[in-house]
Amino acid sequence: MAYVTHDETAYVAPLEVEEEHLYHAKTWLGKYVFSQDAKVIAIQYACTAMGIGLVALVFSLIMRLQLGFPNTFAFIAPEDYYQFVTMHGMIMVIYLLTALFLGGFGNYLIPLMVGARDMVFPYVNMISYWVYLVAVLILVASMFVPGGATGSGWTLYPPQAVTAGTPGSDLGIILMLVSLIVFIIGFTMGGLNYVVTVLQGRTRGMTLMRLPLTVWGIFMATVLALLAFPALLVACIMMLFDKIVGTSFFMPAVISMGEQLPHTGGSPVLFEHLFWFFGHPEVYIVALPAFGIVSDLLATHARKTIFGYRMMVWAIVVIGGLSFIVWAHHMYVSGMNPYFGFFFATTTLIIAIPTAIKVYNWVLTLWHGNIRLTVPMMFAIGFIFTFINGGLTGLFLGNVTVDLPLSDTYFVVAHFHMVMAVSPVLVVFGAIYHWYPKMTGRLLNDGLGRAHFWITFLGTYAIYYPMHYLGFLGLPRRYYAMGPTEFMPESAHSLNQFITISAIMVGAAQLLFLYNLIVSYRNGKEAGHNPWESTTLEWQTPATPPGHGNFGSELPLVYRWAYDYSVPGAPADFLPQNLPPQGGSAEGIREGKVD
Amino acid sequence: MGISVGIMFLIMAVVAGWLLKQTMSTTPWIARTTIVEGHGGSFSQAKAKIGLWVFLAVVTSLFALFISAYTTRMELGDWRPLPEPTLLWFNTAILVLSSIALQWARHSVEKEEIGGVKIGLAAGGGLTISFMVGQLVAWQQLGDLGYHPSTNPANGFFYLITGLHGLHMLGGLVAWCRTSFKVWRGSEAAEVRLSVELCTAYWHFLLVVWFVLFGLMLST
Repeated sequence: MAYVTHDETAYVAPLEVEEEHLYHAKTWLGKYVFSQDAKVIAIQYACTAMGIGLVALVFSLIMRLQLGFPNTFAFIAPEDYYQFVTMHGMIMVIYLLTALFLGGFGNYLIPLMVGARDMVFPYVNMISYWVYLVAVLILVASMFVPGGATGSGWTLYPPQAVTAGTPGSDLGIILMLVSLIVFIIGFTMGGLNYVVTVLQGRTRGMTLMRLPLTVWGIFMATVLALLAFPALLVACIMMLFDKIVGTSFFMPAVISMGEQLPHTGGSPVLFEHLFWFFGHPEVYIVALPAFGIVSDLLATHARKTIFGYRMMVWAIVVIGGLSFIVWAHHMYVSGMNPYFGFFFATTTLIIAIPTAIKVYNWVLTLWHGNIRLTVPMMFAIGFIFTFINGGLTGLFLGNVTVDLPLSDTYFVVAHFHMVMAVSPVLVVFGAIYHWYPKMTGRLLNDGLGRAHFWITFLGTYAIYYPMHYLGFLGLPRRYYAMGPTEFMPESAHSLNQFITISAIMVGAAQLLFLYNLIVSYRNGKEAGHNPWESTTLEWQTPATPPGHGNFGSELPLVYRWAYDYSVPGAPADFLPQNLPPQGGSAEGIREGKVD
Repeated sequence: MGISVGIMFLIMAVVAGWLLKQTMSTTPWIARTTIVEGHGGSFSQAKAKIGLWVFLAVVTSLFALFISAYTTRMELGDWRPLPEPTLLWFNTAILVLSSIALQWARHSVEKEEIGGVKIGLAAGGGLTISFMVGQLVAWQQLGDLGYHPSTNPANGFFYLITGLHGLHMLGGLVAWCRTSFKVWRGSEAAEVRLSVELCTAYWHFLLVVWFVLFGLMLST
């Protein structure tokens, strides 16, 4: 059965559509700094996110040094350790991954992939970045105020987050909360852009079902973020009130350091509900863009139609919907009603169904594909491994009876790092290797890329695999040092040293990547306009890197979906989305001519 | 949290239902030249209008979560309801009038009567400012009676929720200023039509939010 058929073949003349007014910057400052061009904003977002992400990476290495070699490093006091833990988690989840996937890739790819000249509200989009930068600066400032950054863990649970004894319980926590509030305001501005551009900014012929899955993933993640971040906003505002005004929203009556605090009757569990009402969708805010991007990487580099495109879209939508009714599985140990636990365990396990559909479809996309084992492809395949691994331990932890003993052990640390740290980060790397040629016109160095992949991929397994075992042994997380403990055999300590050494190696490997990014910008191999022979619109722009307005004088017309790879009887093994049915020659398609 | 889950479920159900309907019986793998839509947009509305609707969904989510927090905290033993000042009824009436005034502006802009637009905008803005002043006076009155934010969670929520609603009104006033500026600088009705429509929609939305919040505070 031919699964690709063509109907009418007439040439469609460009519609007389009024060109949107596009803002043209007149000054250097307006063009490169306060730019309203989504591509520049994307790169600003990405650089800021990766910059602060590097700081968080260093924090994690310091933590590992302490855990692998306790009582060796004088500069890591217990308070410092908790501050590093907190900042590492908060930065990685929100200021790196959320900002990079939505602000970075969202800004760069949405307009290009849907065939738009820019985002629909470019001015608001620009403000969004600068507000984000302010949020990052406030966060950084919190590390330098008296008392230092907050050390309450990235979940910021009251009452300990705001009571004396916790590092940074005065200015640190206040700045942390303010930074989050500012971040959410900035994100909302960007998020409105991403959603409305996908809904209203598409070029002619780009129906919803012709969108690349990358756009679907980013779109749905933005919808989740727009609805879920308000929960964090509410929690932050109320905690600020508790801290500054002295209200008792979350704060129960506490005797702290022998002194009765003025608060009475507040409910810390209410904070947990609000936090995780945001916190669980946040997992999918990070995961859905990764799902989308990895689908496109696999299809492009396997030269094969994505398996089950419609299922993939619906799975994204269903995962998004379900992610709002599973939040309390993070709170099994808070002493909830068993029926609640039962409900949340059930919804948690149900969410595995659409997720499993996606995993099967990725694997089936590879099956009988003409796999080109490029660096982006290696990262994409690596993602499938780590994601299955992290997803399966998620099924363990989704069950109340299994979670209770394992909660607060290194099993949980291993699980969430596998599923929402390593997996999305592998996709980030794959995506950068994939789209860097479009952003700069040059390919990243292949050899360095391969070294980067293998060290990162094997290294993260070396880090997180043993942690599952440590978790089963009962090694508690969040502890500064274990000290002499009966149930921890000596081998557990040497395992901890092994993990630390692996972590340092993986951390160092990221320097290779940074070096590659910088050096290839000037000295990389010329990429041409479409080095991966991809079908999607961002590779069909007249200039590489794309100019202001993306598509030259005429917007592309879209005739087909994004996955016309290896179509039987077609002139080339990929058919760009703007290629008319039965049009084109092999030469023309490779050179980017569509008529 | 039941209220938030309900609201979120509704919003997500609308989003998911609409998306599934759009994507159900399509055959994306077939290349076609028959391009049905004009622009590729999903709605025939202006982009700014869709932007406003998405933003209103975000604000709905925000207030729903506040209400959830309110009702959850209320069930604990130390909750002492505060007497809502009578002034709030008066403020509510003013807010209703400001919505009516903006509706008048909208009505006039459709008929291209710029005079009516001016009256509607001026009255709407003036009334909104008086509403906000009225809210501040209500805070003052409660403060004088000793109802400070920290004395009871009910008081804390009162200041928090009315304050947040006020902040959203303030944001609306920024948009109102920009629109009025254009009108008084001599723009044609057609040029400001969209801005007036968006302002009106936002005002009606915040009025409904106020009804819900005021109702919640009266009934508890």
